[in-house]
Amino acid sequence: MSLAGKTALVTGATRGIGKAIAKALAEQGATVVGTATSEQGAESITADLKASGGFGLVMDVSDPASVEAGLKQVSEQAGAPAILVNNAGITRDNLLMRLKDEDWSSVMETNLSSVYRTSKAVLRGMAKARWGRIINVSSVVAGMGNPGQANYCAAKAGVEGFTRSLAKEMSNRGITANCVAPGFIDTDMTRKLDDKQREAMMEVIPAGRLGEPEEVAAVVAFLASDAAAYVTGETINVNGGMYMG
Amino acid sequence: MSTVEERVKKIVCEQLGVKESEVQNASSFVEDLGADSLDTVELVMALEEEFETEIPDEEAEKLTSVQDAIDYIVAHT
Ligand SMILES: NC(=O)c1ccc[n+]([C@@H]2O[C@H](COP(=O)([O-])OP(=O)(O)OC[C@H]3O[C@@H](n4cnc5c(N)ncnc54)[C@H](OP(=O)(O)O)[C@@H]3O)[C@@H](O)[C@H]2O)c1
Repeated sequence: MSLAGKTALVTGATRGIGKAIAKALAEQGATVVGTATSEQGAESITADLKASGGFGLVMDVSDPASVEAGLKQVSEQAGAPAILVNNAGITRDNLLMRLKDEDWSSVMETNLSSVYRTSKAVLRGMAKARWGRIINVSSVVAGMGNPGQANYCAAKAGVEGFTRSLAKEMSNRGITANCVAPGFIDTDMTRKLDDKQREAMMEVIPAGRLGEPEEVAAVVAFLASDAAAYVTGETINVNGGMYMG
Repeated sequence: MSTVEERVKKIVCEQLGVKESEVQNASSFVEDLGADSLDTVELVMALEEEFETEIPDEEAEKLTSVQDAIDYIVAHT
């Protein structure tokens, strides 16, 4: 198994895409630590990952103190992460004319500033090891734009720009940084949409269906592997053909 | 117990991948030892770890040679 002996940290691993990513990395032999926002969530992650030596922990990625404490715990219990997957994310949709400051700032903190914090915290260990993988879950709408998601699109496009800079800074240390940009994936996030929104969505997906979390996880697992060592600063679309920018 | 000078030189060798014989007190990290900007950041972090001290960014920028690093450590630990 290609990731044996490596510690992977996956944020937002309780459900949806993050859960599938944690599973895929564990299947490749990594010791996976997944984060949740509640004790209960952390316990369910531990139940899933126990067999492969991994566990869940509570971490709020929008809170610097919580990230610091979480990373300390990971390093102590599982060793410094060789793989970081920034997956945790939220939506607070509204047309810009109606968007509240709090909708803007919570999406920025949870989806963008979190990536800055966790990435910065793992770099030293990766630089020392001369090996590292930072994989950020972006979104198709970062490139496309989407009405009602100015906050979310700004944060995700921010993540992609951040990733390209990071890739350039760290590539001569054996560290790659990439994004995976899912289209519409069947998770709680898309289940929130109403029928009209879903119908409109289907019309723009050439594949004619939503994607599965596992289909995103497979690309993350590739980017985490040694085989992807020369891929960096890239955003890989996983969207059934809806956008190819 | 090795001296500060020996410990600093050992870290410089490890971080910059240079031979001990190449490292003189007057050696400049960038000009003589081929360090790039990331190397210098890592070097400062390694010195902080070895000597259990924090080197503020304004100070770190001034440490351009082996002797600078030795002097800083001697004065601050
Ligand atoms: N689903 C899609 O169609 C789609 C499309 C494009 C991009 N994405 C992106 O893919 C990622 C995962 O999406 P998903 O659909 O799997 O989402 P989801 O089912 O809504 O799950 C979100 C995950 O993020 C965690 N989370 C939320 N806020 C957090 C915080 N402050 N700190 C730590 N963890 C937090 C949640 O933890 P709890 O369970 O503890 O709340 C949960 O594990 C997100 O970045 C999303 O933007 C999704």
